[in-house]
Amino acid sequence: MSETAIKLRKREKTSLFDQVKELLPDGGNLNLCLTCGLCSSGCPATGLVSMDPRKMLRMIALGLDEEVLASDWPWMCTMCQRCIYACPMKIDIPQLIYNIRAQRPREERPKGILGSCDMALKNDTNSAMGTNEEDFIFVVEDVLEQYQEEQPEFAEMQAPIDKEGAEFFLNQNSREPVTEPDEMVPLWKILHLAGVDWTYGSKGWAGENYCMFLADDDAWKHVVQTQTDQTHKLKCKTYLNTE
Amino acid sequence: MTFAVRAGLKKFNIEHNFEVKNIYEYYAKWIREGKLKPNSDWNKELGIKFTCQDPCQIVRKSYGDEIAKDFRYAIKAVVGEENFVDMSPNFSNNYCCGGGGGFLQSGFKEERLEYGRIKDRQIKETKADYVIAGCHNCHAQIHELSKHYEGNYPVIHFWTILALSLGVLGPNERTYLGDDLMEVNVFHPETAM
Repeated sequence: MSETAIKLRKREKTSLFDQVKELLPDGGNLNLCLTCGLCSSGCPATGLVSMDPRKMLRMIALGLDEEVLASDWPWMCTMCQRCIYACPMKIDIPQLIYNIRAQRPREERPKGILGSCDMALKNDTNSAMGTNEEDFIFVVEDVLEQYQEEQPEFAEMQAPIDKEGAEFFLNQNSREPVTEPDEMVPLWKILHLAGVDWTYGSKGWAGENYCMFLADDDAWKHVVQTQTDQTHKLKCKTYLNTE
Repeated sequence: MTFAVRAGLKKFNIEHNFEVKNIYEYYAKWIREGKLKPNSDWNKELGIKFTCQDPCQIVRKSYGDEIAKDFRYAIKAVVGEENFVDMSPNFSNNYCCGGGGGFLQSGFKEERLEYGRIKDRQIKETKADYVIAGCHNCHAQIHELSKHYEGNYPVIHFWTILALSLGVLGPNERTYLGDDLMEVNVFHPETAM
């Protein structure tokens, strides 16, 4: 429960509730809430900073935009969609949360997420750890060469970058090439043993996308567009996510 | 990340002529087709138990229960059917671990660990020795939960245990394995760094 009583005002025509309804297909069903509480009872974020999904939806419906925008709870909801899964009216609370996040001025959003997104925009690799094309190619080639020599059964193993016409365009979380490159190897071995025709892209190889979590549409789009362009350029049939 | 790509292509109407897939579907496919031949004999005597985290972004938010079934098919082929224990609830009804949505980067650590209390309890209830995490955010969060709530269960990527069961996991590719598996099925042990 909140510590202070909430004072209701008349909901403005330009309220967050109405704005979000217009953005979402079928208005995100935001009007359909039965207040049953299934969303909240099954949400691990219920109770954090005295908030839960039902309460947030009710506050928005009542036009309490200021209070909602001041809360950090939208950054503690992981938009995991378990609430929609449980909801009898299929109300899109995660999309509501996304749009509440987007209402906060960009530079005031959590620094860690902001920094990871900005880093991804620096290079066409989209790496949230700032790895550029040259460094990625160096690490992959260096590690590959070492394993080809040390483990002769894998002398023929490949870790192609920009191989045109490969069936799969494979992405890779930046954590491996940057902090634990040996962790890339088990996956390469598996792909080698299965005879898979795959490639990384020098551009768009990074699998993570913090711009989506930042609720920055333009940046999220930019990242996906970069991945798409590189997959097209290499004429790959399948974009294969490793996570 | 699967959901960011799929949802992004749709939301921004990005034209594309490729399919977006996730590798868990293919691990199962390659095993079924005999392209990969994992062997779970290494775990017959050991009887080490494994559970898995269904990543929200891949299961509930993208491909649904089918890919969760594929994930289990592949895991069972690798660790032995009798050595896999499911969490409850699971599949599309699974709880998020609390690592997603940017929570790991947002700076609200105390709240994030509180969020993960449910996940830690679910894991402990399985009595499994290991958790296989399906994505990096899950991996980092559950790894931290394991330390914070003192369950001290190792959390691993699937590629590690798959490569071990294929007999090709070298000594330097075992970052997240516990002591009980450090010496099991080591490929080229002489290359240890």
